[in-house]
Amino acid sequence: MRLRLELRPAPSRIMAWASPLLAGMATLVAGFILFSALGKDPLQALHVFFVKPIETRYGLGELLLKASPLMLCAVGLAAGYRANVWNIGAEGQLTLGAIAAGGLALTFPGADSAWILLPMIFAGAAGGMAWAAIPAWLRTRFNANEILTSLMLVYVATLLLSWLVQGPWRDPDGFNFPQSKMFADAALLPILLPGTRLNAGFLIALAAIAVAWLFFARSLVGFQMRVAGLAPAAANYAGISAKRNIWLGMLIGGAAAGISGVGEAAGPIGQLLPSMSPGYGFAAIIVAFVGRLHPLGILLASLLMSLLYLGGESAQINLALPSAVTGLFQGTLLFFLLAADVLINFRIGVIGRKAANAAVATALGAHV
Amino acid sequence: MRRLARCARGLARRRCCANTRAADAAQSLHNLGMQAPVPRLQLSAITKTYPSVVANDAIDLTVLPGEIHAVLGENGAGKSTLMKVICGIVKPDAGSIRWNGSLVKIANPAQARALGIGMVFQHFSLFETLTVAENIELALGAGSQKAGAGLDEQLRAISDRYGLPLDPRRHIHTMSAGERQRVEIVRCLLQEPALLILDEPTSVLTPRAASKFFETLRRLAAEGCSILYISHKLDEIRALCTRATVLRDGRVTGDCDPRQETAQSLAKMMIGGDLPHPHHRAATTRGDGSLAVRGLSLRADDPFGTDLVDIDLSVRGGEIVGIAGVSGNGQQELLAALSGERTVGDAGAIVINGTAAGRLDAGERRALGFAFVPEDRMERGAVPEMSLADNALLTAWRHELTLGGTIRISAAREYAKAIIARYSVKASGPEAIARSLSGGNLQKFIVGREMLQGPRAMIAAQPTWGVDVGASAQIRQALIDLRDEGVAVLVVSEELDELLEICDRIAVIARGRLSAAIPARESDAETIGQMMSGSFISAENAPPDASTGSLNGSTMPRTTDAP
Repeated sequence: MRLRLELRPAPSRIMAWASPLLAGMATLVAGFILFSALGKDPLQALHVFFVKPIETRYGLGELLLKASPLMLCAVGLAAGYRANVWNIGAEGQLTLGAIAAGGLALTFPGADSAWILLPMIFAGAAGGMAWAAIPAWLRTRFNANEILTSLMLVYVATLLLSWLVQGPWRDPDGFNFPQSKMFADAALLPILLPGTRLNAGFLIALAAIAVAWLFFARSLVGFQMRVAGLAPAAANYAGISAKRNIWLGMLIGGAAAGISGVGEAAGPIGQLLPSMSPGYGFAAIIVAFVGRLHPLGILLASLLMSLLYLGGESAQINLALPSAVTGLFQGTLLFFLLAADVLINFRIGVIGRKAANAAVATALGAHV
Repeated sequence: MRRLARCARGLARRRCCANTRAADAAQSLHNLGMQAPVPRLQLSAITKTYPSVVANDAIDLTVLPGEIHAVLGENGAGKSTLMKVICGIVKPDAGSIRWNGSLVKIANPAQARALGIGMVFQHFSLFETLTVAENIELALGAGSQKAGAGLDEQLRAISDRYGLPLDPRRHIHTMSAGERQRVEIVRCLLQEPALLILDEPTSVLTPRAASKFFETLRRLAAEGCSILYISHKLDEIRALCTRATVLRDGRVTGDCDPRQETAQSLAKMMIGGDLPHPHHRAATTRGDGSLAVRGLSLRADDPFGTDLVDIDLSVRGGEIVGIAGVSGNGQQELLAALSGERTVGDAGAIVINGTAAGRLDAGERRALGFAFVPEDRMERGAVPEMSLADNALLTAWRHELTLGGTIRISAAREYAKAIIARYSVKASGPEAIARSLSGGNLQKFIVGREMLQGPRAMIAAQPTWGVDVGASAQIRQALIDLRDEGVAVLVVSEELDELLEICDRIAVIARGRLSAAIPARESDAETIGQMMSGSFISAENAPPDASTGSLNGSTMPRTTDAP
């Protein structure tokens, strides 16, 4: 007996909902085995991972705080991914957004009106777009692979920031630490929930989700980008410009990542540091795919990813688990989520082998 | 009969394996003078049900040794499923298969090959960058005694014997579709099949090449090889086959000797009614639409494509001009240049409705009142994963389906509904995924989508390729109606009968050159068939080594098709 994946005539609507549940159950089972094998009480471990981080108001604030940049980057990347534009460099675009907004905030240290936030956000978006424009231009002009160029520019961006905070923008009163001055209070995003670090960046991310939903579902351009992603020949046939799609896909991703960079610089950090993000730009790629490139899916996936960040820390602190184990457990969940999605388009069929062998024997034996 | 026995003995000598022994046994029985020969293949009550459709419903089929047996039916009648059952690709839900009289179960293609069943598919599976011999060696597999040094000799022997000229050292990419088909057939013959299945084999041949090909098939049959011939071309079947099984909606609706039947009576069995015939009056209306190509020369993008040389063409409003030719002679390149999928440097080389359009992209040309039905339905004419409403939007969004850059979802749905109703597309509704439609139904949808946009100039490429008889007639009628409304219509097709039926003028494309268009009423299949082999290209234009049918011409263009 053999198992085989068979293409479904149409994607299964039931499986579209059932597959995340299936993945969740599989993760729980795997987690049980993993934590038992490590000599921990699995129920307690799962509690520490998924419940403890959000038991408090502060924890809840942290959850949404970390989900915001993920959500924002992922929804921007999704616009490109739907059109087969593979922007892997959101981390670099985020960094450039932080540099641009930070530069503005440092130029006006005496700002006392929150109006400075608006130009900062625009500067951040422009910075991210400028960084994303480089791979877009290389791709449309020289047909250079944007996966490579956008990824390589991440390291250029990190080094640029590093040079700025160690050189021209270093805080003279900072005891020689590589960091800029703190931004003026007016140049910080307002706190939403007192007692937490959750700031207005979360609202920006939510607005981005709503705008993306409209763009994907209702706009002609969004529709055409999707066509280009699904069937390039059909896009060419219908007169949808491939170059325009590449530019749009990259620039939307760049703008969103740039704004999330503003959210970090003018949010929990409040200054420029050599590293502005713990890898949100890369994690957002996973968030985009776990969310199936759909804005609502991305909203949920970013919350899950954020919870995994917090749960991982909480498990390290409360259970003394090494960070590798928390990483392993996070990877397991994401693996199951993506793997279970196969069942939306495919079903599992069974083929018998015994019957086939018997038939060969009869056929060959009959005439000997 | 002596020849049969010799052949069977020859086979047994060369290869000692169960299937040849089986064939030998059958032949001996035959030679002993038994009255009713044991059928080579006997299918009884084969049934195969798919989730949404019964593809085969208790089908009986008997093929005798040395018989050329037609399987006739419209698209979706169950022909392909039945052939897949015989080849071991699909497992039937019920029914039995007897091979030379004994019950077998064919579980996979390898087993079918071991029994002696060979199939030549409509779409080839050859590696373009390898030579003929390398392709065949790959198919034979590492363990075969045939592979290796002697293969070239065997190939030459077979191609000589059956009149299928083939140079084993030539690369596939230099070959025309007709030649590629020869490779596939020789590949099958090398395995000494007792049953050869051919799926629409003449779709890649000129009429003259097709009649030569029939001689080869007759010779094969005379040597005892049974042939299952799948087609919907009634005239061919009447000329070639001695037995026909007709399928409709998964059932056998007729079992006859096609030589005793008329095309009408066969069609009746096939579609369950009379063959619809489009009305074709002389063109009367003059429209303001037009299509013109002026001195277009274009190097192919694809290294194995065909360069276009100095193409001139003009289509007036209110006429249908046809372009005939064997595929791979520049049709793809010409269509891409006309549709705007490939722009050309000289804006004036292509004029659509009076506007120089060479540099406009496909979308801008559509804005001039131009519509296009491409030959590939999936992936190009439609996005397989999207709904019909979204696929309507794909090219028809200019027609009030959007408002200030946003999609009017209900309008798109209504538009798709209108296409479905007006062109009798079989689909569950505007939300049906394009991939779930049969090829013919999707084609009707695409044709309808383009026509409902009210174009002034329109191109249809292979509009009825793979579409069943009823739907074909409907599509042809729609094209004629469009012409009568004054639209300039260009039809590119490999089906000569179709062009003769609907066109006012016909031009022929060969080796990237286009002949002058001649009035269809004054021409016949023979004249045009001759032009299809390139006879209209004057001597000084033709490349020096383009002699048709040469064996050693590795620089030969892809057009030579006479076997």
